[in-house]
Amino acid sequence: MAFLEVEHIEKNFGNTKVLKDVSFALEEGNTLAIIGSSGSGKTTLLRCLNFLETPTKGKITVGGDVLFNSDWSEAENNKDLRSKRLHFGMVFQSFNLFPQYTALENVTLSKKLLAKEDPDFKKNKKEIYAKIEEQGKKLLAQMGLAERMNHYPHQLSGGQQQRVAIARALAMEPAIMLFDEPTSALDPELVGEVLNVMKELAREGMTMVVVTHEMGFAREMADQVIFMDEGQIVETGTAEEIFANPKQERTKAFLSKIL
Amino acid sequence: MFLSVTLALLEGMGTTFQIFILTLIFSLPLGLILAFGAMSKFRPISYSVNVLVWIIRGTPLMLQLIIIFYGPGLWLDYNVWGGNSAGRLTATVVAFTINYACYFSVIFRGGIQGVPVGQREAGEVLGMTRSQIFFKVTLLQMVKRVVPPMSNEIITLVKDTSLARIISCYELTFTGYSFMKAASITWPLFYTAVFYLAFVGILTILFNYIEKRLSYFR
Ligand SMILES: Nc1ncnc2c1ncn2[C@@H]1O[C@H](COP(=O)(O)OP(=O)(O)O)[C@@H](O)[C@H]1O
Ligand SMILES: [Mg+2]
Repeated sequence: MAFLEVEHIEKNFGNTKVLKDVSFALEEGNTLAIIGSSGSGKTTLLRCLNFLETPTKGKITVGGDVLFNSDWSEAENNKDLRSKRLHFGMVFQSFNLFPQYTALENVTLSKKLLAKEDPDFKKNKKEIYAKIEEQGKKLLAQMGLAERMNHYPHQLSGGQQQRVAIARALAMEPAIMLFDEPTSALDPELVGEVLNVMKELAREGMTMVVVTHEMGFAREMADQVIFMDEGQIVETGTAEEIFANPKQERTKAFLSKIL
Repeated sequence: MFLSVTLALLEGMGTTFQIFILTLIFSLPLGLILAFGAMSKFRPISYSVNVLVWIIRGTPLMLQLIIIFYGPGLWLDYNVWGGNSAGRLTATVVAFTINYACYFSVIFRGGIQGVPVGQREAGEVLGMTRSQIFFKVTLLQMVKRVVPPMSNEIITLVKDTSLARIISCYELTFTGYSFMKAASITWPLFYTAVFYLAFVGILTILFNYIEKRLSYFR
């Protein structure tokens, strides 16, 4: 069984079927790139994985644990929702940093809040916070932002903000990182710095699902590529298979438009 | 003469300040409730709140004041406010509270809806609880959005208190005016203006301070 298993996911908004029977599997440490034109359901698929949307149908399994199963009751699916969510880290197209917090505070906030639920928190508050700060600083340094830790989001470039957002997601130590067009809102000259930290993450063995229009990145880094159209997976394969030898007409048409 | 005018105006100022502060105390929470009402998914509630806000914001406060003060007496044949000055003050505060709560509700609603959903979603994805998201993420952003329009409205309230004169509430403007009527002198009117300017000046300084304290982020 693969590390991440997505089986027969469907999502309807009212009468519109946005996802139709989407299934795929991803091995631990691999990078999956999802490509497809706008409106094809890529964002909705990511949002179903971390329960920002509730799938209408289907099953999601991570590391053998079933997180969601539409056969279960609503209560069963909502049980431990927060800890289920924490299997995934999410990086949004629009960064969504918290504007009132510095880069470091953005990275450490949720971890500190979670630490309060630790039964030993009161006793070891100082050490726990120090450890979280330490980890936050390390993550930001890893993102090349050691000098920017105490800056507020509005004092950072888009590329820097997105790297803070990546550090913030990593701080919760997720098993799988989800990226929704992480470079689409960036000026072209800032795309590279974000892709570079993502490549570094992939090399370190992070399991990643990346929705992207950066075909160069997909080609270089993806172990597996999915092409989506109209809420369905049209074609899936290795980067080589999809980019060099697409089998489906729709894939060919999409690639010829975008490349 | 100057001393007696000063003392009289100070007394008027006292009433003005009471109208001001009581209106704020009641209309701020009521405004928040109305804002949530207007955003309610239960249609009858949001619809009624929107109609109320539309009526109150679409008619003069002076008219509302007159209806609230004289209306009950004429409809019920019984003056619920009583005939004394305390009754007039109560009627004034009731009318002002309803009026300002409606204006505040629109401001609160804008502040709440102005925070992008992405902020809440970012919190959810990071495993925060609903209350953590509200208190640690969205609340301050709402406050920041609400302060500038709120300070405008509150400064308008200072000057609107003079409308209470229409139901013979002895507030600041009424006091200045009574000197003109009794003694045919105009300088107490200008002196009255100084009281308002001082009041508004202090509020302006206060709001500027708050805005500045919140200007470290965008
Ligand atoms: N909350 C929603 N309510 C209704 N329709 C939605 C909602 N979210 C997305 N959609 C629709 O679902 C389709 C897929 O959207 P999305 O997943 O954002 O596609 P992509 O990310 O591939 O551009 C679009 O037609 C969009 O209009
Ligand atoms: Mg999208």
